[in-house]
Amino acid sequence: MYRYDEYDQAIVDARVDEFRDQVARRLSGQLTEDQFKPLRLMNGLYLQLHAYMLRVAVPYGTLDSRQMRMLGHIARTYDRGYGHFTTRQNIQFNWIKLDDTPDILAELATTQMHAIQTSGNCIRNISSDQYAGAAADEVADPRPWAELIRQWSTFHPEFSYLPRKFKIAVIAADEDRAAMRLHDIGIQLVRQDGVLGARIFVGGGMGRTPMIASLIRDFVTADDLMSYLEAALRVYNRYGRRDNIYKARIKILLHEIGADEYRRQVEEEFSLVKQLGIDPPAAELARITAFFAPPAFDADAPDTVDRSDPDFAVWLDQNVAAHKQPGYAIVNISLKPIGGIPGDASADQIDLMADLAERYGFDELRVTHAQNIVLPHVRKADLHAIWQALSGAGLAEANLDLISDIIACPGLDYCALANARSIPVAQKIQARFADRGRQRELGELKLKISGCINACGHHHAGHIGILGVDRKGTENYQLLLGGSGAEDVSLGKITGPGFDEDGVVDAIERVTDRYLAERVEGERFLDTYRRVGFAPFKEAIYG
Amino acid sequence: MADPDMTSVAAEPQLRFRDDEPHDEPAVTLDAFLAGQSNATAVRLEAGDDARALIDHLDRIALVEVSFPTFRDGRGYSAASILREAGYHGELRAAGDVLVDQLPLMRRCGFDSFVPEAEIDAATLRRSLDRYDLRYQTAADAAVPVWKRRHG
Amino acid sequence: MKILTGNDLGSGDVIWWTGSTWSRHVEDAADVATDGEAIARAEEGVRRVVGAYVIDAAPTAEGPRPAHIKDRIRALGPTVRPDLTLKPADPNAGSWVI
Repeated sequence: MYRYDEYDQAIVDARVDEFRDQVARRLSGQLTEDQFKPLRLMNGLYLQLHAYMLRVAVPYGTLDSRQMRMLGHIARTYDRGYGHFTTRQNIQFNWIKLDDTPDILAELATTQMHAIQTSGNCIRNISSDQYAGAAADEVADPRPWAELIRQWSTFHPEFSYLPRKFKIAVIAADEDRAAMRLHDIGIQLVRQDGVLGARIFVGGGMGRTPMIASLIRDFVTADDLMSYLEAALRVYNRYGRRDNIYKARIKILLHEIGADEYRRQVEEEFSLVKQLGIDPPAAELARITAFFAPPAFDADAPDTVDRSDPDFAVWLDQNVAAHKQPGYAIVNISLKPIGGIPGDASADQIDLMADLAERYGFDELRVTHAQNIVLPHVRKADLHAIWQALSGAGLAEANLDLISDIIACPGLDYCALANARSIPVAQKIQARFADRGRQRELGELKLKISGCINACGHHHAGHIGILGVDRKGTENYQLLLGGSGAEDVSLGKITGPGFDEDGVVDAIERVTDRYLAERVEGERFLDTYRRVGFAPFKEAIYG
Repeated sequence: MADPDMTSVAAEPQLRFRDDEPHDEPAVTLDAFLAGQSNATAVRLEAGDDARALIDHLDRIALVEVSFPTFRDGRGYSAASILREAGYHGELRAAGDVLVDQLPLMRRCGFDSFVPEAEIDAATLRRSLDRYDLRYQTAADAAVPVWKRRHG
Repeated sequence: MKILTGNDLGSGDVIWWTGSTWSRHVEDAADVATDGEAIARAEEGVRRVVGAYVIDAAPTAEGPRPAHIKDRIRALGPTVRPDLTLKPADPNAGSWVI
């Protein structure tokens, strides 16, 4: 994985110094809250329901065991012993003191970590495929491109006060594991005539006006990537709406002027920007790419696994994915134990995962947008030992992509923007479907819960989505069906009137019962829904 | 009564990073400038104005003042970048809700004078401007991007 | 009744205006009547609070109970982590929120 050189380190260290100065000025009264807020947000510091919350960046979801342990250390020393992994592949700490933040950032910087641009109206952390470098279906590792974009976007002087936040995802496989087309810019690496380049999608997003990104450019080579992105962002910075915060995302600009007109403006801008020499030379991408070279796999690693332990076999089938290297596998560590808090991990669990990565996984971990952790490169021969260690720490729930593997935002238990709680709903659904056989019978079923219309819990992209709303002071939950954040991307449709907490769990059960009655061999819930349509499910829910 | 085209009186900027004499002619609006009603050499751009409209006239402009109605409105950063990319060498002034923490970014986009609404603390400004010697991107300033340092 | 709440600037703790100072316990909150906005501005000015706002609350024998669930969760702590609330030993604390 990428390692800082003296330049990267100096930039992150300077940022720590800058934020220390900004915090001191806030505490001494030189800065009002109105002035300080955008500054702290650009460093990932929110004021939430109970305290300050610090969001730490995990660039493209990749980290090593030393960085992971640092997250555990922050949780233990400055927070209340846990952290929350997010749908943006980052981690949040919920109980941070403003006075402590400069020291926290200084500690993070010692392991090449930071909170730069994890909030604010700027280019946010670049997200990517959690199986990058391990999946057989990728045309290349997308992370060198993501790192190139990370550097370009860090403290970009022109794009730090955009109309609204800006999220970029980079993938390199046809299977989309990063919800690429639900980003402001989604990049898919492809090969044309042997040359690696990027397909550029623009204008996706969730929030209150969900949209799927449009293909804006078929192919951009690495030589032109920064110029092209600069042009794409400049058009947005100049013409994105600033009169209404709810219409300020780039998706609204595309919607209003049309993808063709946006494309025309970007091409015109690109023809000018390209003359400026802002693109790094090929040697820079080559330098970065070298950091992502495959680890030293053992070519003789045995390719078989002893499946005699039935519990282990279930976990293997559910949570372990195929690796491109014979003898190796990709382990998904579920942070969705039945009745737990989706995405939360204690400091001890964080340390354990770091230890496992160090001992068995070439020192690498990934955070997924589904709020789980991945060990991307492990020997099949070590899977049983890993599973045993995870089991002892409550980390071996065998439910990847099943109904209990729920994405949930923090909701009204933590978030100042939320209208309803998300976590208790997730817990009740998990309890209802706790039986492992029942979950597996239902198969792949992506359930996603947001506690408000901002959609941090990706409810629009859930096969089943839940949106929490405030109905006259009480929590109410709307149900959506048919969304997907994958390569078969689609937006869920609201079923009708909402429910209370127990009511929405009942409604989901009616939906899954209907699915079981309707499905034909080999169909996932989403396939059945698409084949039979909305009506049978609506009838099942409302009678 | 003031001429309606005279949108600002050329106050001495608080912060100026140029060696030439300050320009003391009042700036006119973009519309007035383009209408050719004056021989003005100073133009004021509102946040929504298209800086590219000035590109054919840059050789007779000595001052472009860009308005920042609120510090959150970042359109002026693009306006400045566009003017510098087009070869404008005159004074480029940021006026309005301009905060000390934004000055380093504005300097990078090519602004070289500032008329902030609120006074800026000199010591804070010095720390702010001196803090980063390394930059990831090329911009309108002279900073050498990190990738160039890495590869020559 | 109207009560005033916000967060402590440095620690971020949820705090309630008692009439003369700030408390972490909503039970201590005083009725600010129509003075809430003025107190909020003054206290923000001296940096004892951030994000202060006035809410409706109902007077009860145990003290003020905020009208909206969001402020009751702020007052107690996350309902899904009773161990981290202000009343970790009280198994029924959560029912006050709902």
